[in-house]
This record gives sequence, structure tokens and C-alpha cells, in this order.
Amino acid sequence: MKIFVCLANVPDTTTKIKFADQKFDETGVQWVINPWDELALTRAMELKEDAGTPVNEVTVVTIGTISSEPTIRKALAIGADNAVRIDAEPKDSYSVAWLLSEYLKNYEGDHLVLTGIESSDYNGFAVGGMLSEFLGVPSVSGVSALDIEGDHAKVSREIDGGLEQVAIKTPFVAIVQKGIAKEPRIPAMRGIMMARKKPLEVVSPLSFDNVTDMLDFELPKAKPQCKMINPENAKELIGLLQNEAKVL
Amino acid sequence: MAVIVFTESWDGKFKKSSFELVSYAKAMADSVGSKTIAISIASVDQDELKKLGLYGADKILTVSNEAFKTLDNQVYTKLIAEIAEKEDVRILVLPHNNTGKALAPRLSVRLKAGLVSAAVKLPSSYDPFKVYKKVFSGKGFAHQVVNTEKKILTLSNNSFELIESNTIPEIEEYSPEVSATEISTTVVDIQKQTGKLILTDAEIVVSGGRGMKSSDNWGPLEELAELLGAATACSRPVSDEGWRPHSEHTGQTGKIIAPNLYIAAGISGAIQHLAGVSSSKCIVAINTDKDAPIFEAADYGIVGDAAKVLPELIEAVKEMKA
Repeated sequence: MKIFVCLANVPDTTTKIKFADQKFDETGVQWVINPWDELALTRAMELKEDAGTPVNEVTVVTIGTISSEPTIRKALAIGADNAVRIDAEPKDSYSVAWLLSEYLKNYEGDHLVLTGIESSDYNGFAVGGMLSEFLGVPSVSGVSALDIEGDHAKVSREIDGGLEQVAIKTPFVAIVQKGIAKEPRIPAMRGIMMARKKPLEVVSPLSFDNVTDMLDFELPKAKPQCKMINPENAKELIGLLQNEAKVL
Repeated sequence: MAVIVFTESWDGKFKKSSFELVSYAKAMADSVGSKTIAISIASVDQDELKKLGLYGADKILTVSNEAFKTLDNQVYTKLIAEIAEKEDVRILVLPHNNTGKALAPRLSVRLKAGLVSAAVKLPSSYDPFKVYKKVFSGKGFAHQVVNTEKKILTLSNNSFELIESNTIPEIEEYSPEVSATEISTTVVDIQKQTGKLILTDAEIVVSGGRGMKSSDNWGPLEELAELLGAATACSRPVSDEGWRPHSEHTGQTGKIIAPNLYIAAGISGAIQHLAGVSSSKCIVAINTDKDAPIFEAADYGIVGDAAKVLPELIEAVKEMKA
């Protein structure tokens, strides 16, 4: 069985965000694998390494220009067997999901698709669900544990106030969140060397339309200064929360 | 033409978030001159259903088919899409919770309707349809413009005030055709948190970080939370260490919350943590390091050891209540 892991190329989470000319200012930005996608990749690798599962190949798929290749190489260094880059600038969740589906729909073998629940750039929470609908396959969202037995997967998904264990047949799209893997893997030197030689297929995109646009970017407004309370008189805080902030 | 809102009930009762959703949908319906239709799945009695009218639902469609007992994304998508087509939907609203995140993207494709996730405000304009939202996990804001005729929004919890409009709703049973073969997900087990407040629903949250020093020191934090009717949360290092469960992790890769009051004890306020809590209406920081970044995000701060400060606060809350 093959696992496709969809990766978004995003600014490092510690990036100081700036906007210029009505766009995100990419100057000096470090690009990384979207944190949730990185956890998905880590879980995919664990499943492949587990002899008890039928998983024998992990392929990462990214929509991005050539500038996203260092991020894709990092995924190969972590352990993915091969990579596909659909050569387009991501516009919105809808068009990204459609481009992914146009590529994935041709795959006929036994497989599973993993996506992160959101991306840390435009926070759309949408690509995984949209992709499953374009493909016409089931989806499970909010997945925090995933195991495979034969052609079945057992997944845990978060529900409001608890967890649900769900059984589902492959293929489907698992939309994963925190908990799916303990910590993202860091590429080892050997992995980095091997990644250079692993196949990275570049696919030309079909023409596509986005359905939403982002504009009028701005930074958050500065917060008024924090009111400091003497630790010797910590009790004063409760009065302030009650009478001044009116939150108690 | 309609604004349709998807509501959820728990054990036959609606939560405040459902009323926020209906209030939000009604406000949009008034702006575009359409009616507000609420969908309610599972059995809810007439008196409870009428509460949706209180916040502006003109019509409520109830669905009580067993096929919808657990969430199968495809079966739910088909149902909501069917209703949306039948009622000539213009705007569809879902909660930005586990259910809404699972369904809204599928519906976006099914209905060819552009999606705005995690809205916190009404649209700034309806033509073009523009919604203000957080980007880069709260490190920026932008307007998302939806170019399609139909639109879908998910609304963040605790971000829209309830507005009463006292509508007497028309209540109608909707019976979809659904066969067992359409269901692809089988729920084999459920673990419910019992008796605990759900973190994303809580109006007050008390949260601990590495400055709490050990999992043994959570007693006062839990006591304060209990006294305030608050949920407990933690920072990422705390859940990574296994001091607290992952379900309590608030931050960029954990839960994104927006309570009225967030008390951060022994949390330094890394940028990823702030991404998960910065929408809180009031933030209190307790930290030994006066230069910790949490104080830049906080409204009130105490430079001190949480182990000493929390018991003081417990005393003060007890006095307030007395």
C-alpha cells in the first residue's frame, strides 16, 4: 500500500510576519513543511517501517514553484521514497485541492492520502476535505491516531469533548492533527545525502481557477500595555478582573 | 433564497455556540434580505428547537434518521447539500469545530461555494463578499473575498454576540433518503470526557506552562479553575513532557481558543503559544521572568512564581464569592 502525504510549503512558525505591496513579504523567510503535514509524514514513515502493515511506499505531493523544492527535499530526507511537485503557485485551498485531486485520481493501486488539518499560512482548514470531495472518497477529519490492518484503517478522531475510534476501508483521506505522531522527525545526515538522489517528479498543472482571494493584509493592532500587579498583592488581580475587565 | 445554518445539539440541548451561529446567520440574512433556515440533526424537543427562533431562525429543518447518529462526512455532506439546493442557499454557516471543519470543505466542493474558515466577524461587504479573518495564525489579518455565487463560512466559537429577535420558527421534519451502504465510517468506540468543561467552549481558561515545574504542581491550578468554572489548558512543552494530555495543548499546533479570560501560569509566551490564545478577550500572565514575551500579549501581569501566586488568587476568589 502506498501513502500519499500532501505537503504545504509554509514560512517557519517563528517568522516575523510582514506585508508589502498587498502581499506577504517573503524577504528573509525560512520555508518549512507545514507542521501538521510534517506530523502526517512522520506517521506515514512509522507505518511503512512497521512490518505488520501493508504500507511499502510513501510519496509526498506538493503544489508549488521551484522555490518549494528545498522543503520537498527535506521530506525526502526524513524518509519519503519519492516526491511529486505540481508546478503552480498555490492560490487558494479550492484550487490546491483540485490540482492534488487531478494528480491523485489517476492512481489505481491500494492507497491512503494524508493531509494536515490546516496550514499555518492562510489557516484555511480546507484542503483535505476538499480533496476527498473532488476524489469522491471518504474522509475522516481531526485524526489523532492512525493504524492500518489489511485494507482497513483504524483511526481516532477528536469529537467535542472526547475521542471516537472509527473503522474505515482504504482508500480515504485522513486529515490529521496533533497527536498523530509524537514529534516530527528530524532528517539525519544519511537521509539528507540520500534525498538528493531520490526521484522528484515535476508535473505541469492543468489550468485552474481559484474561488477566493486574499487582500487588505494588515498586522495585528498593538495591545495596550500590560497592567502589572505587585506579587505581594496578587489578590488585587481578582478585583480588577471583576470590576475593570468585567470578565468574572 | 436563504441563509442556512447548521446547528448541533448534545443530549437534546443546544450549546451557546449554536445560538451564536443562528444570531450570526440571522444578521447576514437581514443584510441580504433572505430568510434564516436552521438544520438540526438528532432528536431535540419542540421547546428546545424554539430557542433557535429566539435568535432568529425562521424555519428549522429537523432530521432524526439513525444514519446521522454518528458523523460520516459523505452522508452528512449529501444531506446538507440537498437541503442547500432545495432551499436555494446563498450563504451556508457551520461551526468552526470538529464537525464544521470536517464538513465545510466537502460542501464547498459539492456546492461550488467558496469557503471562509474561522470567521470572527460579519462580512465587511456582501458584494463583493469580503470577510475579515486571521492569517498566519493570528500574526496578521486579511480580507478573504469569495468569488462564487454561493458562500460557506465557519464561525469561531465565542466570537459573535447573541442577538435576540424572537422569531416564531416554522418547524419541519426533513426525511432524507439514505441507505446503509452510503456510510463508510463505523464508530467502534467512544471515550467521552465526563464532567469536564470542554476547552474550546470554556469562557474562562486557566493554563499552565513549564514554569509549573512538575506535573505534581497542578493542584492549585485545577482548584482555581474549578472555583472559576474554567477549563484547564497547558503549553506545548507540558503536553510533550506528558505532564498533561495533548487535548489540553493550546497553541498554534494544538487548540486555538478565544475565551473571555485566559490565565497563563508559568508560560513564557512563545510565538506559537500566543497564536493559539491571542484572541482571548483578557489575558493574565503570571511568570517569574519579567521580560517573558507573554507580558506583551497580556492585559494584566504578575511577576512571580505561579506556585505562590495561584494560592493567593484562590483565596481572593473565595473571598469574592463569600
